[in-house]
Amino acid sequence: MLKVRVIPTLLWKDPGLVKGIGFDSWRRVGTMMPAIKVYNTRQVDELIVLDITATFEGRVPDFESINEFSAECFVPLTIGGGVRNLEDIKNLLRAGADKISINSIAYDNPRLIREAADKYGSQCIVVSIDARKSAGGNYECFSHCGSRPTGKPLDSWAREVEELGAGEILLTSIERDGTMQGYDLDLIKRVTRNAGIPVIASGGAGSYQDMFEAISVGNCSAVAAASIFHFTQQTPMGAKRFLSSMGIPVRNTNVRGESP
Amino acid sequence: MSVLIVDYNLSNLGSIRRSLEECGVSPVVSDDPGKLKTANRIVLPGVGSFTDGMANLRKLGWASALQEAVWEDRIPLLGICLGMQLLAEKGDEGGTVQGLGLIPGEVQRFVPEDSSTRIPHVGWNEVRKAAGNRLFEGIPDSLDFYFVHSYHFIPRRKEHILSTTPYCGNFVSAIGVGNIFGVQFHPEKSGRPGFQILKNFLKV
Repeated sequence: MLKVRVIPTLLWKDPGLVKGIGFDSWRRVGTMMPAIKVYNTRQVDELIVLDITATFEGRVPDFESINEFSAECFVPLTIGGGVRNLEDIKNLLRAGADKISINSIAYDNPRLIREAADKYGSQCIVVSIDARKSAGGNYECFSHCGSRPTGKPLDSWAREVEELGAGEILLTSIERDGTMQGYDLDLIKRVTRNAGIPVIASGGAGSYQDMFEAISVGNCSAVAAASIFHFTQQTPMGAKRFLSSMGIPVRNTNVRGESP
Repeated sequence: MSVLIVDYNLSNLGSIRRSLEECGVSPVVSDDPGKLKTANRIVLPGVGSFTDGMANLRKLGWASALQEAVWEDRIPLLGICLGMQLLAEKGDEGGTVQGLGLIPGEVQRFVPEDSSTRIPHVGWNEVRKAAGNRLFEGIPDSLDFYFVHSYHFIPRRKEHILSTTPYCGNFVSAIGVGNIFGVQFHPEKSGRPGFQILKNFLKV
């Protein structure tokens, strides 16, 4: 049976590892390399690394650093931030990324999703959607690390990226991000209800129970989280043990700090 | 031992190179099919679509060189993910395209069993090994390996199946004929059991 994944997200803001609240008030919580090594040793299901300032600063992805990260990372690695074209995707894959997360550029150039999926296969292309609740209970998508409204309603954008060939959706609630008050279950359900591709829920995890609800109520294929792992004693392995006790299929609940 | 990783401009070469290094060899990544002559092992990785994969293999001169290396020189080859799929006779990702034809069979897209089955098949799923195959030596049955794909290999002959995995029914997650092997999962991203697969391949 396919297992539900628990995925730590590492937000990277030159040169440190950071975490914010509501896509703001970034706080430095460490450095990238040791964090990657720890998660690699703990054999997490997957890792997501997002360079949160690359698009803002108009920078290309930092291929050299990503190359260094991936050299220490034998778990599946999704890289995002600053991706603008097929050349960036190619170079990120060469640097050791397994999947590429695309966000801001997709709003300006949705065709990039199609071109990337045709060339590298849908399975390689994760479209990251950052959404905020708008008036009337609907959701609007935001680009540039949650700072720019795109005018795109969530439902139609999620449908569109799937039609264009996205292989997964990384779905983040901007309001819940960093609050540790639980995932936005309505947000997740709205996308999983219509999607034929896996959805990774993100934003708001504060407890293992929150993850369980995102999976059992939200029907997501994976849960991503950051603050809960940075600021509490809770761990990806602890999460999986809890989920397993609740009847959710997870992988490897008994690895203890083994290296590969 | 000289391990050659085939660079056809479409792959996550970094991961597989580093994993093989962890297994104690120093692989060579090359886009020159001439290097096949001196290789003891060939790894054909792959992230990409079948059509682009075959087009690149042909354009760079790999297709016929690989056939010669595995058929005539009997060099063991391991295809990973798309690399496994390209071993087939044909694939239907982006139109029907002829593959390397090293293992009889074809590659087709998953057909979801019901509306809750999501495609691509992404994540950790169990690998049920066929009895007595060298690639899975020392690996307990039904361990989880990491998958990320929308297409799967349908071999023509049952005896070529080295493992199956339950998704959209059961699909073939590893195949082998003589010195030619293919795995749909990513051994380089599957922790200890994945490294064991690579080590077993280096031993065959």
